[in-house]
Amino acid sequence: MRARHLFVLTAVGAAAVAAACKGGSAEGPKYALGRAATPAEVAALDIDAAPDGHGLPPGHGSVADGAALFQAKCAMCHGPKGEGMPPAFPALVGRDAKGEGFPFATDYKITRTIGNYWPHATTLFDYVRRAMPHPAPGSLTNDETYALTAWLLAANQVIPADAVLDSARLMQVKMPYRDRFVPDNRHGGAELK
Amino acid sequence: MTTRRELLAGAAGLLGGAMLAGATTAHAAQQGAAAAPPPDVPPDATKLQGAPTSAVGSRSPFVTPARTPVGEVTGSSLTPLHELTGTITPADLHFERHHAGIPKIDPARHTLLIHGLVARPLVFTLADIKRFPQVTRTHFVECSGNGRAAYRDPKPEMTAQKVCGLFGNSEWTGVPLRTLLEEAGAKPAATWFLAEGGDACVMTRSIPMAKAMDDALVVWAQNGEPIRPEQGFPLRLLLPGFEGNANVKWLRRLELGTAPWMTRWETSKYTDPLPDGTARQFSFELDARSIITSPTVPQQIAKGTWPVSGLAWSGRGVIKRVEVSTDGGTTWHDAELQGTPLPKAAVRFTHQWEWDGRDATLLSRAIDETGYVQPTRTALMKVRGPGTDFHFNHIVGWRVTPDGHIAFHGET
Repeated sequence: MRARHLFVLTAVGAAAVAAACKGGSAEGPKYALGRAATPAEVAALDIDAAPDGHGLPPGHGSVADGAALFQAKCAMCHGPKGEGMPPAFPALVGRDAKGEGFPFATDYKITRTIGNYWPHATTLFDYVRRAMPHPAPGSLTNDETYALTAWLLAANQVIPADAVLDSARLMQVKMPYRDRFVPDNRHGGAELK
Repeated sequence: MTTRRELLAGAAGLLGGAMLAGATTAHAAQQGAAAAPPPDVPPDATKLQGAPTSAVGSRSPFVTPARTPVGEVTGSSLTPLHELTGTITPADLHFERHHAGIPKIDPARHTLLIHGLVARPLVFTLADIKRFPQVTRTHFVECSGNGRAAYRDPKPEMTAQKVCGLFGNSEWTGVPLRTLLEEAGAKPAATWFLAEGGDACVMTRSIPMAKAMDDALVVWAQNGEPIRPEQGFPLRLLLPGFEGNANVKWLRRLELGTAPWMTRWETSKYTDPLPDGTARQFSFELDARSIITSPTVPQQIAKGTWPVSGLAWSGRGVIKRVEVSTDGGTTWHDAELQGTPLPKAAVRFTHQWEWDGRDATLLSRAIDETGYVQPTRTALMKVRGPGTDFHFNHIVGWRVTPDGHIAFHGET
């Protein structure tokens, strides 16, 4: 069960959803269409990894292993240091002074990277596992994914250069600017936000 | 035959050449390609039999709207808004945005899995989904990056396509998402769901359950035919009024949970940096917006009467009013709305304008049912900053000079 304070629904909204769902759950299927999903079918597709560690698989990887993997499988698009080839292949690494302190609304030319922008380290694992490397998406093992995640976090000065990541350690990584992300406060009406 | 060919070539030179010169030049410049020869038409179409029936229709050779740019593997193409009328976007001209190309999917093998906080995890085939009670609704889809180039760096040569072309409005057919989730027995504890696509990046977004229980749809048809591959064939999520990216295409999986998953597309991308050093996250709703699509770049106009026509929409409901100014915002006129505006759908507006041949600046401003008024670029930049990355719904317009030349006017 995931519960993070920032984005839970309001009490009113949650109650409305609960009321709406009650009928379906209690009464059973109405149309008897579709078929039961087997646990194996669910497991084959259910690869999402969330900030609370839900979905992070067994395995581990070191920064050093990730460095070698990055050069072999990622550098041809993202550059040897993760500097990117924008816009198709964004910069991944970068903690220069210009990009620190979350100044992005002041100038769109300031490069956003994993280190100076991304709020959650688990996002990196989830995305790399499902979508990378570009020429062979979804081909990395769990160990390789942990290793690449570790190298990218170390290159962005988020974890030490001798770190090894596994599920427990990855979910404990706090990204530098996690607290800068806020819920949408626009609700229509005359006030411009 | 030789005689006829000569005749046709001559006619094309006399009639077609002059008419087409302007459009062809503009089109060639835009495409970066050589100008095509004039279409092959007889001097008098009433004097010979016409073409037979065909399997699939095509546009007149004189009409060549095109998405641009083409060939983007992880990018987007833009709807040619300046070449369209009415409110429905032809499906083959609807903008494209994908993060890993357009997948090839066999509909017979495609399934939708619903699992997580449900009483009964279910797998639906496309055939199963088509047997549920159906709805057909008109809604727009707009990328929340729409208008970025015009916000950051407006240029006089920009067309409505370039300014606002990450937008389309279609008639969608499908099943309410609520119906599918109730069939699976969604548990009251579920407050968010994850939608996943079957493309090469297996794209995922977290969406509040409240939207699922409100007006979300799982659709398989667009404008009377199966959704095209670039729009999500065979199934896509349709979240009326929500930013385009959340309308997950090639939909293959829905997982119900209690918090957002924080996927790449709701953290690294599709978040809005603000001047106070924060970034707005899960900014789903698209605020009210309008754009004049005619007369615009690259049209050349003459003195006299012109319908100033465009599109308006709001992700928060119905457009209540659209105002048009022809003097750069000093005075505003209520535009006529064509037909009854629908919620979270485009409405066409017009304002008949008598141009006296002097400098003019055409602007439009939308007001929606919540009382939201489309802001100027200056006002939006004040609250969002020049570097913000999504949701650019500011007022834009067109400057007309006495020679009839039209240029984009972005600095409102």
